Amino acid sequence: MTKLLLENILRFILLILAQVFLFKNMGYYNLVIPFPYIMAIMLLPVRISKVLLFIIAFLTGLTIDAFYDTLGIHAAACVTLAWVRIIFLNLTIQDDDHDSISPGIDQMSFRWFLIYTFILSFFHHLTLYLLESFSLNNILSTLTSILFSCIFTTVLIILFELIFYRRKKR
Amino acid sequence: MRNLWVFINRYSTFFLFILFFGGSIVLVVRNNTFQRASTINSSNQIIGSIYQQVDYFKGYLSLNETNLALARENAALRALLKSSNYDNKVISNVIRDSTQQPEYSYIQARVINNSVNQKNNYITVNRGARHGIKKGMGVISSKGIVGIVLNVSENFSTIQSLLHSDTKISASLAKSQAFGSLVWGTQSSDPQKALLRDIPNHVKVENKEQVITSGFSLFPPGIVIGTVLETGLSSGSSFLDISVLLNNDFSTLRYVYVIVDKYSEEKEALEIQNLDND
Repeated sequence: MTKLLLENILRFILLILAQVFLFKNMGYYNLVIPFPYIMAIMLLPVRISKVLLFIIAFLTGLTIDAFYDTLGIHAAACVTLAWVRIIFLNLTIQDDDHDSISPGIDQMSFRWFLIYTFILSFFHHLTLYLLESFSLNNILSTLTSILFSCIFTTVLIILFELIFYRRKKR
Repeated sequence: MRNLWVFINRYSTFFLFILFFGGSIVLVVRNNTFQRASTINSSNQIIGSIYQQVDYFKGYLSLNETNLALARENAALRALLKSSNYDNKVISNVIRDSTQQPEYSYIQARVINNSVNQKNNYITVNRGARHGIKKGMGVISSKGIVGIVLNVSENFSTIQSLLHSDTKISASLAKSQAFGSLVWGTQSSDPQKALLRDIPNHVKVENKEQVITSGFSLFPPGIVIGTVLETGLSSGSSFLDISVLLNNDFSTLRYVYVIVDKYSEEKEALEIQNLDND
C-alpha cells in the first residue's frame, strides 16, 4: 500500500516536471502539443474512491495550470478526464479481482490500454482546447489540433508504458 | 429526503464531475482575462445577432422616412461643401492719388456659364449688383475684351459676349489710330474671328497689326483685342472690312474683370444732351 502510494507520488512529480519543462516546449507550431502528464491520473489504482480521484485530478490540473498560467483550464480538462475514466472503467471492468491494480499495459491487454489512452486523452484534449479557444470560431482548426495532439499524447504514453512498465512485469 | 440522498448517491460520479468541473470553469472565467472578456462577448454575440436580425426587418418598415431623412441630410451636407459656397469676396485695388484720379476700377468675377457655339452667345459670372456691377459695363479678361454686361441680378450678371451679333465695340488699329467698330457673326461664326468695320479706305492696314480698344466706349483705351488677319476686304464703299483674329479664347474663359467706369454716368448724361439738341 505504501509502495503504491509512493509510486504514484513519484510518478506524479516526474510527469509534472517532464510536462512543464520538456513537453511544454515540444510541439508543432501550437497545432500539436502533447500532454502526457495525464498518465498521472490514468494510472491511479482502479478502485480508488471517486471523490479522491476527482480531487487528485483537480489538483493535478491546477498544478499544470500554475505552470501554464491558464488557471482552471487544465483543472477542468483533468476533471473531465477523471469522469470519463470512471465511466470507461465501469464499462470495461466488471470483476473485482482488479481491486488494487493500476490500469497499465502490464495488467490489461495492449489493445485495451490503447483504447483507454486514446479515449481518455481525447476527452481531456477536447475540453482543454475548447476551453482555451472559448469560441466556436475556427472550430475546424481546433478540432484538427485536438485530434493530432491526442494522437501524439497517446503515442507518448504508450511508449512510456512500454519502456517503464513492461519490463517490470518480467 | 431519503430518496433524494439515494438519487444523489447513485449518480454521485456525475454530481462530483459537475461540482469539480463547475469549480474549474469558475476559476477559468474569473482568472483568465480572455475567457472573461469572451464570456461577456459571446453572450452579447448571441443577443446582438438576434437584435440585428430584428432590426434588419424593422428597417424595411421605416425605409421611406429613412430615405427622406438621408436625402435631407445629404442636401444639408452638400450646402456645407466649399464648392457650393458663394464667394462673396471682391478684391479691388484702389489707388489713392489726388493728382491722378483713377477712372477705371475692376471687379474680378468667375465665369459660371459660357457658350461659344451659338449665334448669340452669353456668359454668366458670379458677381452682381451687390458687388457694384451695373448694366452696360464692359468686361475684359487677361487676354482681351469679353463683352458687355447685359443683365444684373443681386449676385450674378449675364454678359453679352463679344460673340454676339448685336455686340458692337469701338476698336482702333494700333499704328494708324483709325477707329471702327468691331462686330462678330456677320460673315462666319468662328469664335476666333471678328470683323472690324468702318475703317476708312485710305488707311494703310498692315498684316498682323494689333487691334486695340479705342477708349471711346466702355473700355479703357489700349486693351489688345486681336490682330489683323486679312486686309482689304472691301465692302464696296469707302470703308474697309478687316478680318480680326481675336486674342481671347472664349472657350477657355475662366476669370473675367468687369470694368467700372467712374465717369460713365457723367459722360452718358452729357451725350444724351447732344441728342436732345437735334
